Amino acid sequence: MTTKVLRLNVNGEDTLVPVGPMATLQEVLRDKLELTSVKVGCAQGGCGSCSVLIDGELRLACLTPAEAADGCTVTTLEGLNESNSIVPIQQSFIENYAAQCGFCTPGMLVATKALLERNPKPSRDEIIEALSGNLCRCTGYLPIIKAVEDAAAALSGKQSA
Amino acid sequence: MALKDLKIVGKSVRLRDLDTHVRGQTTYYEDVRIPRMLHLKMYRSPHPHAKILKIDTTEAAKQPGVVCVLTHEDMPGKKTFTPLAAIGVAPEDEPILAFDKVRWKGEPIAAVVAESEAAAKAAAPKVKVTFEELPAVFDVEEALKAEAPIVTPWGKNYYQYPDDHAASQIRYGDVERAFAEADHIVEDKYQTKPIEHAPLETTGCVAKPEGNGRYTVYTNIQALYFALDNTAAIVGLSPAKLRFVGGTVGGGFGGKVDIQVEPIATLAAIKTKRPVKYKYSREDEMRVSSTRAAWRIYVKDGVMNDGRIVARKITTYQDAGAYIRLSSYGTMKHAGHMPGPYTIPNVSVDAYCVFTNRPPSSAMRGFGVMSGSYAIELQMDKIAAVTGVDPWQLRLINAYRNGDMKAHRKAADDAALVETIQAAAQLAGQALPADFAAMSSDDRKGG
Amino acid sequence: MAKLRGTGMAAVNYPTGMHLGGDPTQALVHATTTGNFVVTLSSVDLGQGLKTVLAQIAAEALGVPFETVLVDTGDTDTGPHCTGTFASRTTHRAGNAVVMAAREARKVLLEVAAEELEVNADDLVTDGEGSIHLAGAPEMKISVTDAALAAHFVQGKTVSGRGVYLKPMSPMDPETGECDPDSTHAHACTVVEVEVDTETGAVAVLSIKSAYEIGQQVNPALVRGQIVGGAWMGMGHALSETTAPYYPAIDHAPRDFLGYVMPGAAEMPEVECVVLEHPTETGPFGAKGIGEMVANSPIPAVVNAINNALGVRITEIPVTPEVILRALDEKAASAA
Repeated sequence: MTTKVLRLNVNGEDTLVPVGPMATLQEVLRDKLELTSVKVGCAQGGCGSCSVLIDGELRLACLTPAEAADGCTVTTLEGLNESNSIVPIQQSFIENYAAQCGFCTPGMLVATKALLERNPKPSRDEIIEALSGNLCRCTGYLPIIKAVEDAAAALSGKQSA
Repeated sequence: MALKDLKIVGKSVRLRDLDTHVRGQTTYYEDVRIPRMLHLKMYRSPHPHAKILKIDTTEAAKQPGVVCVLTHEDMPGKKTFTPLAAIGVAPEDEPILAFDKVRWKGEPIAAVVAESEAAAKAAAPKVKVTFEELPAVFDVEEALKAEAPIVTPWGKNYYQYPDDHAASQIRYGDVERAFAEADHIVEDKYQTKPIEHAPLETTGCVAKPEGNGRYTVYTNIQALYFALDNTAAIVGLSPAKLRFVGGTVGGGFGGKVDIQVEPIATLAAIKTKRPVKYKYSREDEMRVSSTRAAWRIYVKDGVMNDGRIVARKITTYQDAGAYIRLSSYGTMKHAGHMPGPYTIPNVSVDAYCVFTNRPPSSAMRGFGVMSGSYAIELQMDKIAAVTGVDPWQLRLINAYRNGDMKAHRKAADDAALVETIQAAAQLAGQALPADFAAMSSDDRKGG
Repeated sequence: MAKLRGTGMAAVNYPTGMHLGGDPTQALVHATTTGNFVVTLSSVDLGQGLKTVLAQIAAEALGVPFETVLVDTGDTDTGPHCTGTFASRTTHRAGNAVVMAAREARKVLLEVAAEELEVNADDLVTDGEGSIHLAGAPEMKISVTDAALAAHFVQGKTVSGRGVYLKPMSPMDPETGECDPDSTHAHACTVVEVEVDTETGAVAVLSIKSAYEIGQQVNPALVRGQIVGGAWMGMGHALSETTAPYYPAIDHAPRDFLGYVMPGAAEMPEVECVVLEHPTETGPFGAKGIGEMVANSPIPAVVNAINNALGVRITEIPVTPEVILRALDEKAASAA
C-alpha cells in the first residue's frame, strides 16, 4: 500500500499526516490526531455527526477522502472551542437544553457556526435547512432550532452594539 | 399538588453533561484512548434459515492484517445463551456464533479480528460457509400453523410459559358471558412493524486485557452488570475477573441491552491478548441490531350503549424473530398491561411470543406497552364511532379509578388518568360537559 | 383532491419499573473532605439526564447544594449493582436507593456537626446552601465542609450512607395472570391535529398537545425534553419508521438514514404540554418514571387524527403515503 504524507492545517496548527490511499478525513482527525469531537455516527454521510470546516466550508469528514484535504485548513469543534464566535452558541445550546445524549452536538455546533458565519440573521426555515444534514434522535429538534435562533440574536446583538 | 418545601427537586437545573457536550469533550466509550487495538468484523449468514454444513476460515485468516478468526469452535464452554437466564427465562437458545443452523439473515457465524477496521472488513467476506437452505417463515400467524418450518430448537414456534402455557395470559371475569349480554361487539386487528432504535452512537465496545487476568470492557451497554454477568458465563471467566466501564451513552432507547458485542469482543481479547474493538456499523445497526418487535393484536370488546366496556378479549402475537432475547419478558409485560388504563370487569388476554426467521427483536422505549396502548387507543375511537359516544367522554367513563380492581387482581392506586384527560382537553380547547369536567380518579361519580 | 384536516386523541398509562419487579439498584453516598458529596452507583446515563436527576435527589435528601454533589457512575469495580437503565426505572429505583443512602449519610453529618457545636443533633437543620445550623438560631452554625473535615480528622467517622431499592419479584400466575407488576403508573393524554394531502398521501402534523402526570417532577426542563423528543419519535413511528416496509417480507431493509426515514426538523410542529404532579408514595420525593412513555400517546393520536381527517380506518403503522392512498382507494371502491 502506498502511503502519502498530507500537509494539513488543523485547528491552527500545521501538521504532516501519513495516510493510506483509502483513508477518510474522519479517520485522520479522530484516530491519528485524537480529535474526538469528530463523531462516527454512520460513516455514510447520513447523520452529520462528523461535521467539520474545510477552508471555512461545512463538510462531512466521513465522506471526505483524506487526500482531498491536502493543503487545506481544517477546523473541528476543538479548534472552535472557547473562541468568541462559538461561546454564545454553546451558551445558547446549554440554556435551551438543546442536547440530551450529546452525540450529535459537536456536529450541530459546527454546522451552526458555519450557518451564522455566512448568514448572521437566519430565518427559522434557513436554520432548519442549514441543519437538515445533522440528525438528532433525542430532542425532537425544537430546542436545537431555538438554541440557534437565540445564538444568532445574541451574536448579532453583540455586533450591532 | 407538588410536594412543598423542596429546595432542588422540582427545579430545572442544567443537564450535567451539557457543558462537555457543547465542547465535544464528553467521553463516550470509544473516546477512551487504548493503544494497540484490534478490530472485529463479523461474517454473517446470508440466509434467513439454513443448515451449516461447513465453516472454512482458512482464506479469511490469510488476509493481510488478520490476527485470528473465531468460530463456535473457539467457545470455551457453552455455545448458546439467553440474556435473562438469571430470572428463569429458558432455554439458552441463541448461539454466540452459529454452529449447526442459522435462523435469521444476519446471524453471526465467524468473527474476523484484524489490525485495522478496514482489514477486518475486507477479510470477513472471505469466510466460506457451506449452507443447505431451509424453508423460512416470516409471519407470526403462519409460524404457529402446524405445517410451518420450525425455527426454535425446542420444536415449537412459541415461547413456553410455565405450566406448558403457549401464551402469557390474563383471565378475569367471564368475557364470553359479558359478550352475550353486551349491546355491541367491537372487533379489530392492529399491526405494528419492526422499528429501529437508531441512536446516533451505534452499539459497540472495546475489551482490554489488563495483564493480571482481568479484562476491562468499555461499552455503551444500558445495563453494565447485566452484560458483565452474561459475558462472564459465555467467555468462561469468573465475573470477578471482569470490569465493565461505561455510563455515558450516545442514545439507547432500549437498543443497547442485547449483549451482542461484549462477549465476542472479550473472547477475542482473551485469544489475542490485545484490546479488541467491536463496533456496529450503521448498516449493522439498521439490519443486524435488534428492532422493536412487530406486533399483531386482535381486540374484541363488549360495549353497552352508554359507552361502558364490559368485556375485552385480546389475542396478541409478538414477533420475537429468531431468538428469545428479552421478548418473552416483553410479551408478559404486554399481557400484564392489558386492558389498558380502563376498568373492565371481564378480561381475557392471550399474548404469544412467536419465533420467526426474522432478525431477533428486543426491548425498545415502552417495551410491550407501546404496542398495547396503540391498539387500545385506536380501538377506543372505533368504540366511540360504533356507540356514538364522544371519544373524550368514552375514555373518561371507562378510565380506571383508585381502588378499582385491575385484571391482574391488584387494586389500582396512583390513578390520575381522569385528571390527565381533563388537563389535555383544557389545553386543546376541548369543552367537556360539566359532569365530565367534575370527574375524579378518586371516585366514579358521573362515570 | 384536497387537503383534509383531522383531530385525534389518545390516553395512556405507563408502569414504573421492570414488570413484576425483582430489579434492585444500589447507591453509596459519601462526603469527601473537599466539601463535595459523591454518589456512587452503576446506572447508565443515555442522555435522559440520570446524573443530573440523581444529583438533585441526593442534594435534596442530604440538604446540601446541588453543585456539591458528584455522581460517579459507570464502573463496576467501584459502583454497586444496578439492574440497568430501562423500564422507566432509574429515577424511581436508583432515586430511592440514593434517598436511602443520603439519609444515612445526613444522619452522620448532623451527629458530627452536633458534637462540634455541642448541641443535640435533632435540633440541627441544613440550609441547602452549605451550612448546618441550630433550628431557630442560624448563627449557631458549621459549614458542611468543616463538618466533613471534623468527621475525618477529629471524630474519626465516615460521613457516608448505603442505599438499595428492591421491589420483590411477583411472579405472574400462569393461569390467571395475577401479579403485582409495577410500583406506580404515570399518565398521558395527547391531542394531535393533522392535515392530509389526498393526492400525495403526505401527512403534516400541525400540532401536538399533551398533558402528563408523572408524580413529582424532579427536573421540569428535562421532563419537557423527554416529552418533545418523544412526540417527535411518536410522529416517526406513526408515519414513516420501519426496517420492514413490506412486513412480513424481509426485503427492502434500510442500510442507512436515507432508507430509514425519520421526521426532519421541518416536519416538527410546536409541542405544547402541561404536567400534573400527583406525588406517589413509592417514589423518591414522589417521582414516577417518564422516559419510555413519551411516544405512546402521540402514535395512536396521530393515527386517530388521520382516520378522523379521511373518514377511513387505518389500523397499521407506519401510515406511509402508500398506506393512505390505498385506504382512500378502498374507501372510493366501497362507495362506488
